Amino acid sequence: MKMRSSAILSELVDRWLTKVATLIAVYVTFRGHNAPGGGFAGGLLLGAAFVLQFLAGDEPSIRRRPIRNPEMLLGVGLLAAFGTTLAPLIAGGSPLESYIWKLDVPVIGEVKFVSSTLFDLGVFAVVVAVVLMILRALGTEGAGVSAHRGRAASRDQGGAPR
Amino acid sequence: MTSLVVLPVLIPLCAAAVMLILRSPMWQRVLSFVALLSSLAVAIAVLVEVWTDDEILVTRLGGWPGSFAISMVADRLAAVLVVVALGVTSTVLIFAIGQRSRDEQSPFYHPVYMVMTAGIVQAFLAGDLFNLFVAFEILLMASYVLLTLEGTREQIRSGTTYVVLNVIESLVLVVAVGLIFGATGTVNFAELPARLAELPDGVRNGLQLLLLVAFGIKAAVFPLFFWLPDSYPTAPSSASAVFAGLLTKVGVYCLIRVQTLLFPGEMRGLVLVVGALTMLVGVIGAISQQDMKRILSFHIVSQIGYMVFGLGIGGTAAIAATIFYLIHHIPVKTSLFLVEGIIERDSGSSSLASVSGLARRSPMLAMLFLVPALSLAGLPPLSGFLAKFAIVRAGLDDGHYVVVTVALVVSLLTLVSMVKIWVGAFWGEPSNDRDISQANILLASPSMSVATGMMVALSIAIAIGAGPLYEFAGDAARQVLDVGGYVVGVRGS
Repeated sequence: MKMRSSAILSELVDRWLTKVATLIAVYVTFRGHNAPGGGFAGGLLLGAAFVLQFLAGDEPSIRRRPIRNPEMLLGVGLLAAFGTTLAPLIAGGSPLESYIWKLDVPVIGEVKFVSSTLFDLGVFAVVVAVVLMILRALGTEGAGVSAHRGRAASRDQGGAPR
Repeated sequence: MTSLVVLPVLIPLCAAAVMLILRSPMWQRVLSFVALLSSLAVAIAVLVEVWTDDEILVTRLGGWPGSFAISMVADRLAAVLVVVALGVTSTVLIFAIGQRSRDEQSPFYHPVYMVMTAGIVQAFLAGDLFNLFVAFEILLMASYVLLTLEGTREQIRSGTTYVVLNVIESLVLVVAVGLIFGATGTVNFAELPARLAELPDGVRNGLQLLLLVAFGIKAAVFPLFFWLPDSYPTAPSSASAVFAGLLTKVGVYCLIRVQTLLFPGEMRGLVLVVGALTMLVGVIGAISQQDMKRILSFHIVSQIGYMVFGLGIGGTAAIAATIFYLIHHIPVKTSLFLVEGIIERDSGSSSLASVSGLARRSPMLAMLFLVPALSLAGLPPLSGFLAKFAIVRAGLDDGHYVVVTVALVVSLLTLVSMVKIWVGAFWGEPSNDRDISQANILLASPSMSVATGMMVALSIAIAIGAGPLYEFAGDAARQVLDVGGYVVGVRGS
């Protein structure tokens, strides 16, 4: 009985909430340049969606989600953030300096791209990755953080859920 | 050129990010070395620049003007400490890899180690109070992980104390930063001296006390030291070596800034008394212990007392002595913990009761222990003697006879507890246990021995080069005490 209700819940959350939350998260992230929002808030929104999914379903539902390797996501996010800090140095600016490019795209019109967007996307990825890692560490039974290589390897191959 | 200042922080952070993507042990080790050594090269370049030109290097993040930007500031004191810090973290890394302990096997060890290094470096380079708070958070977060990475019961227990204590410290610090911002409207070190001077005395004293308490917890001064001898001994040897060598010294560095830049020379009496009590209580704690790591941990506290004492005396000579003490103490303390790590790997314990006869088994190892141990106690001609001599002389010149007496007694007691380790672990018959007594301790893991040897060599080099280094400490002290020069230097560049 319990299994069944959990399956329905998980499906509902999966079908509706996650997708809507993802959309809102992306919107909030990009909106954040000139208005309240940004990578941190967006990341938390998407993270909250993952938490909801985790609560509705059971542990494997996170594992088969697109991001199976949060460490990688964390690394990529950090690299994007630190990269945008470092890159202006190469261009002769000061660290973290932001550049604006304006492009004329046919149909859409003028598109403004600010280099600090990359920093924000990095923050977004870091926040999502941290939420996933917390879920994996605290939410899986008897597993804990995969602190040791042997265990981490077996887990990455998708060991049977306990 | 000024952008160089930010690189010693950014390189390790970037390396940490790449390591999370490439999680092969081999790549992580290579990257760790590349990152630390290139940061060290940049830091040396910054030091040379700052040393020769009597200039303060400033990087303003984001290219914002003046005090709006987050600024990273390298003056002589900061630059030299960054070099020492990166030298120590690189050496301990060699040790950690050689040790092949359980924590080093974790895919998170190297990234976290990089992040901690970045945090330490950033704390030295921070040009405003809030940036300093962020640096503390970075290094603390990383140290929580390093302390508990092996996940033994004992580590989790003491890790809890450590985390709670440091969260309280962070809370006090962030409240202090908030109040200072509320009272003065800035957190920039170049703006603060003038603005703080305008405040009424009561507010000033309150703010200063808050900062002293926050950094005092971090530096482990009396009566806020109790967390240290509890948590450091449980950490893996390589981690505790960095903690012992660097983390508390970050606190001392901040105390120096508070006492020279923000509130120049105020509350000296309090600092002096705290310094004396820290020395005394630390060493008494050390004498009562039966475990090498715990003895050494109590000695961290006691040695911090000397630096705080120097700070309490005030004046160029005393601050110069404090800076010299700080520089000398980092490699000495680190090498003692590294020697302890070698012993622990060999005998599986750091308890004095279960280790004996090491001097007969490995005279070299005995030397590696003896040099920093005697230096710590302050025997000539080692660096510890020079550092203590400088502080004691500054104290005598200023007429603080009681505290000087305490310092000398503590020095003697330090020697007593070092002799205790010597008698317990190095003298006596080697345990007649099968082939253990035949095995060569130092050759069992050459890279651990090499790293320890490098640290000891560094402390001997400090003793040999004490003349020029002391002159440098004097220059650094003059620069640190010249608040007007600092403000002009930071604003001007």
